Amino acid sequence: MDVGQMQRQWLDYTRSLFIEGFLDNQFLQLQQLQDENNPEFVVEVVSLFFDDSERLLKDLNFALDQQGVDFKKVDAHVHQLKGSSSSIGAQRVKNACIAFRNFCEDQNVEACLRCLQQVKQEYCLVKNKLETLFRLEQQIVAAGGSIPMMELGF
Amino acid sequence: MDSHKLTALVVDDDRMVRIIHGKMLNSVGVKNQVVQNGKEAINVHLSGQTFDLILMDLDMPIMNGIEAIKELRSMGICSTIAGVSARSMESHIQEFMEAGLDEYLEKPLNISKLTSFIHKFYVTN
Repeated sequence: MDVGQMQRQWLDYTRSLFIEGFLDNQFLQLQQLQDENNPEFVVEVVSLFFDDSERLLKDLNFALDQQGVDFKKVDAHVHQLKGSSSSIGAQRVKNACIAFRNFCEDQNVEACLRCLQQVKQEYCLVKNKLETLFRLEQQIVAAGGSIPMMELGF
Repeated sequence: MDSHKLTALVVDDDRMVRIIHGKMLNSVGVKNQVVQNGKEAINVHLSGQTFDLILMDLDMPIMNGIEAIKELRSMGICSTIAGVSARSMESHIQEFMEAGLDEYLEKPLNISKLTSFIHKFYVTN
């Protein structure tokens, strides 16, 4: 595959992530902040998102596993996860967190456990998608090409 | 004033947010520092530093945004302060404004919100 084909593949894949709602405009903001001084900026920030999310999902498992669930604590963790996902444009994770917080307010353990599964699922999906995207980027750069500029014009 | 001569302080307990907002400010030419909570924001000012702009998160441990803003204003700090939060409920915004901030910005921040905020308070040449 030549560089041009790889770049088209990257563009098509990125577009699909926006169309399917995995990513929103905030992700484009991160891409626009990446430059020659900070060529790995997006990967670095997304890696932080992965670290934070995994920690928060563990904390949520623990908090919901308790005899007497502390819903304030659960809500605090979900609020943080919503913030992180929103910061990088992980739209479906963010939306799952919004729904989760409603059930924290209702203090409904069963519903919260279902929400946690939903958030985990969305997180795993977006993690896979982003890792695939970064692999495509590495291939383009290794072949001597550059990552195209993405615009939401579709 | 040209945005390239402005300085800013980013106050947020979230590491990702500190990095992203710091980079956004860099991209519009605003030199900036980052701290993790309201107490550190106060300490930075007690050490003699001042900033043209402060981006202050609402929910932080140790000292939250509202407490920090009240403290900074009582210290005589006249910087342009924007409260930055994911909360959008009217009552919280009111509490924030009454504490002494100049603007409320909803998270997540983007370049457009940031430049609008800077242009509102600092006319560019």
